[in-house]
Amino acid sequence: MSDNHNQRRSGTLDGAGAVAPMLIGVIPFGLVFGIVAAGSALGPLLGGATSVIIFAGAAQLAMVDLIDSGAAAVVVIATALIINARHVMYSAALAPHFRDFPTPARFALPYVMTDQAFAVSIIRYSDVDDPVYKRWYFTGAAVTLWIVWQLSTIAGIVVGAQVPDSWSLDFAIPLVFLVLLVPAVKSRPELVAAIIGGGIAVAAAGAPYGLGLMIGAVCGIIAGVVAHRTMR
Amino acid sequence: MTNVAIVFIVGIGTYLIRLSFVAAVGRKTMPEWALVPLRFVAPAVLAALVAPAVLLHNGGFDLAPSTNPRALAALIAILIAWKTKNTALVIVAGMSVVWFLQAVA
Repeated sequence: MSDNHNQRRSGTLDGAGAVAPMLIGVIPFGLVFGIVAAGSALGPLLGGATSVIIFAGAAQLAMVDLIDSGAAAVVVIATALIINARHVMYSAALAPHFRDFPTPARFALPYVMTDQAFAVSIIRYSDVDDPVYKRWYFTGAAVTLWIVWQLSTIAGIVVGAQVPDSWSLDFAIPLVFLVLLVPAVKSRPELVAAIIGGGIAVAAAGAPYGLGLMIGAVCGIIAGVVAHRTMR
Repeated sequence: MTNVAIVFIVGIGTYLIRLSFVAAVGRKTMPEWALVPLRFVAPAVLAALVAPAVLLHNGGFDLAPSTNPRALAALIAILIAWKTKNTALVIVAGMSVVWFLQAVA
């Protein structure tokens, strides 16, 4: 057995093992998305395809919510892309490691990039040098999450068709976002960004074209930057 | 614009965001002016998603558990998320509070 083969095998298994505990959070998120998507204007087919085409849970959920509330297409697209803008950071941090990968892998792996795959990989990359191991570590982590996300979306779509409105399951959307929000508030500038972002979004909820969310988000980001400058 | 077009545009845009620095060979780091705002994307966007969904009811600001059970349920969910970081538990607890308040109201 070649050394490369061993690196590939151990990398894949280590990557998959590192994200395994995170699946407890991914599965209910995927279920909620599937349930909501099935009952939305997207419907079960396009809603399910969204998980393959976009593969970014928070943006998918926000998109479905906005489309259902009748937001303008441009606003839906801009909001989803703002939510995914954090991936620029991940791309920049992973780039020096991905540079040693074959070109097809460099262009294919960003498709499966997620918060979780980034987090486990960047930690592991500080301890290892082998590019073959690194490539398969990311692949093992990211593809595991991809498969579980697709399966839980499908499960949610199947279940969702049978859930009556009186169960208020749409409330699961903000609950999922809360689970992501709480750990994102790491220090006082982040708390300022969250309070201003949430407060302005409430005040601007009646804004036309579904712009309230984007107005709140942009004000929150600006408030965070100002707080960061004044508090240090 | 059709919903299919929206989904594909967001999909392609998201891929290009993820690819950005990985594809750009030669540049290693992000400039500081771009890094600071990106730090606040997650808290600002997520709070902007959550706050209107839990604090508004029938178009108005409402914190009363009897008419808007979501505000109190969200507060309890925040405490559980803060203490456990357990997605499933937060969803189950939050939904249970809403169902309970709906039943007694």
